[in-house]
Amino acid sequence: MWKRVRPNRANLAIWQWLLLVLSFLLWYALTSPTLLPPFYFDDPNKAAFFFGEPQKVLMRIWDWFVTGEIYIHLWVTLIETVLAFAFGTIFGLAIGLWLALSPLASGLFDPYIKAANSMPRVILAPIFGVWFGLGIWSKVALGVTLVFFIVFFNVYQGVKEVSPVVLANARMLGANRKQLLRHVYLPSAMSWVFSSLHTSVGLAFVGAVVGEYLGSARGIGYLILQAEGTFDINTVFAGILVLTAFALVLDGVVGVMERRLMKWQPKSGETEKL
Amino acid sequence: MTVAALALENITCTFASRDDRSQRYTAVRDTTLRIAPGEFVSVVGPTGCGKSTLLNIGAGLLEPSSGTVSVFGEPLAGINRRAGYMFQADALMPWRSAIDNVMAGLSFRNVPRHEAHAKADEWLKRVGLGGFGDRYPHQLSGGMRKRVAMAQTLILDPDIVLMDEPFSALDIQTRQLMENELLDLWAAKRKAVLFITHDLDEAIAMSDRVVVLSAGPGTRPIGEFAIDLPRPRDVAEIRAHPRFVELHAQIWSVLRDEVLKGYQQQLTAV
Repeated sequence: MWKRVRPNRANLAIWQWLLLVLSFLLWYALTSPTLLPPFYFDDPNKAAFFFGEPQKVLMRIWDWFVTGEIYIHLWVTLIETVLAFAFGTIFGLAIGLWLALSPLASGLFDPYIKAANSMPRVILAPIFGVWFGLGIWSKVALGVTLVFFIVFFNVYQGVKEVSPVVLANARMLGANRKQLLRHVYLPSAMSWVFSSLHTSVGLAFVGAVVGEYLGSARGIGYLILQAEGTFDINTVFAGILVLTAFALVLDGVVGVMERRLMKWQPKSGETEKL
Repeated sequence: MTVAALALENITCTFASRDDRSQRYTAVRDTTLRIAPGEFVSVVGPTGCGKSTLLNIGAGLLEPSSGTVSVFGEPLAGINRRAGYMFQADALMPWRSAIDNVMAGLSFRNVPRHEAHAKADEWLKRVGLGGFGDRYPHQLSGGMRKRVAMAQTLILDPDIVLMDEPFSALDIQTRQLMENELLDLWAAKRKAVLFITHDLDEAIAMSDRVVVLSAGPGTRPIGEFAIDLPRPRDVAEIRAHPRFVELHAQIWSVLRDEVLKGYQQQLTAV
């Protein structure tokens, strides 16, 4: 019996969902004021107060979507994330390509890039708030500063690692500078870029939510901040769960794009058992 | 005398270390090499003697420290546009399918896509890979990749073909097949070929002329042999020809000392 149901390739998805359900059950068991006798806190309600209760968290999410209250907030956070992701990636690609192909420019800017990268950029959020106001653009700006460096360094590395033989071959085949960029440097950098985009999606979310947290009138970060102000821990967790779910969706979209664009990459082959 | 397709005159090539300018290495010294249009010339020499350096200079990928390169009488500046180059290592673009790789040169020259595609398809068939056009390089075997590379280079119909040990990574059977294919293609088009190899058998079997280079550093030609074997040749059968054996013995007597010298240098360098 166990042999049939134990985790294997075929039922992995079922087990993944089961694990989620199990962790929710564990969460419920440990925080319910009535189910187990209190073993750490002196008051049976304290565990629920600090860690929330899963059934209430899920009800909260359900309410949000049924009443439609969350849509405007979700929309704002998602649009900030997507814009930050898009602008950060485009800037990272453009400047990464430029600096990688121009040794003089990269030599000149090198210390500044290093300094800008090692600076904790979240502290820029208040400044962006002043510059761009409390609307979406201050959050987009913060997200861009986070995404940009990830993409930039990967493009830079990707271009530097272009195989010199492939490059020489393309030149001998008559490629001019523009064609080399389009047909050699860019495709070669893309595999590095895609591995960085998965990290970037998460950071674009961080930029949006931290920005909202520091000053906004809409967005999931704003919801979480409001809930925290009233010690409504269930709503805080609900916001976190919604954010996580949408981050997973965006990551999946990047994954689909990656598989479509990178189908030339070798995958480790598997033999088929007959 | 006809104008040489490719003429390297008094080429010296010295590399200086980037960190320490006093660390110099002269790969090639005072080398003159001329290839007539339609001539198949092989260059043999011990490993690490600067054969590839010579080829890169002929391709315009590398500028010599001194000396001149001329292509059909014109001095060479930048990339040699009349030459095709087949590299020793894998040089296909891994993100392009076989047929896209073959048509790369044409699309760089802005040939209309359908025309380029038709021509590339024809060339893939010519190198025996008709059904493999949509495969990516990593899905092809080493021999197939070499065929694609050959089609990629020859589709542009270059007047000079430069080949840097193109078949050295192949097993002996595939290699002989490819050598014969190359000879057939060459016989049909009669392009100037500069063929670099460390394999003397291969050099004799394929060429009109074999040039022997000395061991590095400061490589220069130390012997030149006209190969008067009848054509068309089959690289496997020609090895049994008495004249082949004779030529092989002659060239090897020159080459052997250099190979030993090169080997000694590598031993003492460690």
